[in-house]
Amino acid sequence: MSNPELTQDEIRQADRNIRRRKWLAIMFVAPLLLFIFVTFVAPIGTMLYRSFYHPTVAELIPDTLTQLDEWSEESGDLPPPAALNAFAVELQALAAERLSGKLAEEVNRGYPGASSLIKSTARAVRRVDLAELQSSGGQLVLDANKKWSDVNVWRAMKKSGSVFKDDFYLTALDLERSPQGEIIQRDTQIYLDLYWKSLKIAFYITVLTAIIGFPLAWYLANAPSRIANTLMIFVLLPFWTSLLVRTTAWIALLQTNGVVNSILMSLHITDEPLEMLYTQFATVIAMTHILMPFMILPLYSVMKGIDPSYFRAALSLGAKPIPAFIRIYMPMTIPGLSAGALLVFIISIGYYITPALVGGTDGQMISNIIAFHMQSSNNWELAAALGSLLLLLITLLYWLYDRLVGISNLKLG
Amino acid sequence: MKKKLLTLAAAAAVGMTASLASADELTAVSFGGSYGAAQQKHMIDPYMEKTGNNILFENYSGGVAELKAQVESGNVLWDVIDMEVIDLERACSEGLLEVFPQDQLPPGDDGTPAAEDFSEEALANECGVGNIVWTVLYAYNHDTIEGGEPTSMTDFFDTATFPGKRAMRKRPQVNMEWALLADGVPKAEVYDVLATDEGQARAFAKLDSIKDDIVWFDSWSQAPQLLNDGGAVMVQSANGRFFAAIQEENKPFEMVWDGHVFDLDVWAIVKGTDKKDLAIDFIKFATGSKPLSGMPDVAYGPTRQSSYAYIDESIVPKLPSAHLDEGLKASSLFWADYGESLGEKFNEWLLQ
Repeated sequence: MSNPELTQDEIRQADRNIRRRKWLAIMFVAPLLLFIFVTFVAPIGTMLYRSFYHPTVAELIPDTLTQLDEWSEESGDLPPPAALNAFAVELQALAAERLSGKLAEEVNRGYPGASSLIKSTARAVRRVDLAELQSSGGQLVLDANKKWSDVNVWRAMKKSGSVFKDDFYLTALDLERSPQGEIIQRDTQIYLDLYWKSLKIAFYITVLTAIIGFPLAWYLANAPSRIANTLMIFVLLPFWTSLLVRTTAWIALLQTNGVVNSILMSLHITDEPLEMLYTQFATVIAMTHILMPFMILPLYSVMKGIDPSYFRAALSLGAKPIPAFIRIYMPMTIPGLSAGALLVFIISIGYYITPALVGGTDGQMISNIIAFHMQSSNNWELAAALGSLLLLLITLLYWLYDRLVGISNLKLG
Repeated sequence: MKKKLLTLAAAAAVGMTASLASADELTAVSFGGSYGAAQQKHMIDPYMEKTGNNILFENYSGGVAELKAQVESGNVLWDVIDMEVIDLERACSEGLLEVFPQDQLPPGDDGTPAAEDFSEEALANECGVGNIVWTVLYAYNHDTIEGGEPTSMTDFFDTATFPGKRAMRKRPQVNMEWALLADGVPKAEVYDVLATDEGQARAFAKLDSIKDDIVWFDSWSQAPQLLNDGGAVMVQSANGRFFAAIQEENKPFEMVWDGHVFDLDVWAIVKGTDKKDLAIDFIKFATGSKPLSGMPDVAYGPTRQSSYAYIDESIVPKLPSAHLDEGLKASSLFWADYGESLGEKFNEWLLQ
């Protein structure tokens, strides 16, 4: 017996008490856990799931797909008549339930032009007798439009029918699978460029906020408290202002005959108005302004906690002010600087609204193309794959950061 | 005192449930802005006054994403939706909308049966009823234009004669059509040419010729501003945006109708709503001759012929419906086929 002074009953009683307290603690955080699960884990989880699990087509035309399994797509021949007949029958059923558009949209992704092809053929077979479709529906389909004689339509259909697939990730990496099954470069190359560009823009913004934020935070931390408090309000005020208002303010400042250009021209620095709005420059400048508090606040709180006597000691031991500042003071601000940089970088890499409003073409980021696939092209699966890769990229950078700087070195406030 | 308050509260509560029970409530969504205000004035308010039913009138930014999310999750919050035909085609064939009983539409105020009164395009899709004709065209500013007065689509792409920036919306729709028109493709063949790889390459090549002079924007509302502050000398936008700037703010803008790409907006019913009958009733009212005749307030043409009896004759030439011969009907079928692939190619071209 480990504890001779307690009886069995007393031990049981104590265990019960501990268990009860644990339960109580869990009950207290349960609403929070539930909240995080419902608003955070579940939506992200379903989006991740969507990026590779895609049963839509398999549910729409199961028989056709089973038949197509036996067809070898490399042969260059059309699928066998049985498969075509099965397709005709299922297309009629889809037309009756008004679901042919769904199939059309899915197949169209692999074969642009298939959308109108499927919809018009669905209309053509809608009123045909079922027995006729079962026996010779395939021929009806082939006669409805000459595009059906193109093997690539059927390849696209078979491909869209697989339930678990990596196609969306391949597309998100500018790759595709050839009919022979090899992974090759796509004709259109856009997503990798956009990822690279987002990284670059996020990097510029992080460096800019650090360069501007550092002296300001230093001044705030060392100024008399009355002045510091007043200045702090100026840091926080934009933070409390609506994001849209701040972005729109930049439009007014940067536009062709806006405030900045008027001043430059009245000072005769330039004769022609500079083109600043709708460029990468506008994106970087506006986002630097918007994200500045995320850099200043952690820096300030870290600097506030640095004992000034270290710096004074360095001076009294003979160091010159600038080397003393760089070698003694700056290393102590690293936790704040890295926290600020991490915050700014991660927030800016996925930023959407500001690049959309002031970015023009060269200020576009990956988030804008994700929005395009969510809202315009309705390709949520590709949007999910692009988003998942972005999440992966950020996790990777975070891991790298942890290896290089160390997460324990982080101080958020 | 306390008891009195309680009784009052109870009475209020009873009153509220009673009013909820007697009058029905419908949620309608549209695009807001001055267009939404015109719909509020000529469709929503008169309907509420006439029937006593309440309508919650909300805004959305177009597209089918929200509609799709509502229908697929089974959590339908909207009943009636105003959408562009380009989206209607897709939403209808994907089963996101109810089929509208077009044979129940009332005749025009002059007695013309609905089927003849409406323009053909307005009833072309079984899921919606045409509401307005609107168009995308370009305008220039008399104060900033140099080299004369542009009159055609060729002039829009002619930066030698008319130097200066052109502002276009950042998407392939309309821009690809314009490029081909300016390159000499006849209107009737634009979409056939654009469906081929060579045609697409030709359109991009034409856009390439002015690429350095294009300012891209994301929302129609940015367009009049760009024209006003000199950000561009020729700007693409929905005609209603320019009309408002000319009519209400007296801006020296001139609209060029050559090669405008017109389309319709329709009222449609969200699939799975439990207020289908009420929704049908509202759409029948809203697409009547009189309510439609209010749409020219924002320069969008009515889809019923009988509505013109109510419209001031001086306004008619400024409506897209008066310029259909010069324009091109946007093809929703084409964009359902090529919207995504051209969207990707367009983005790739932008990044080059």
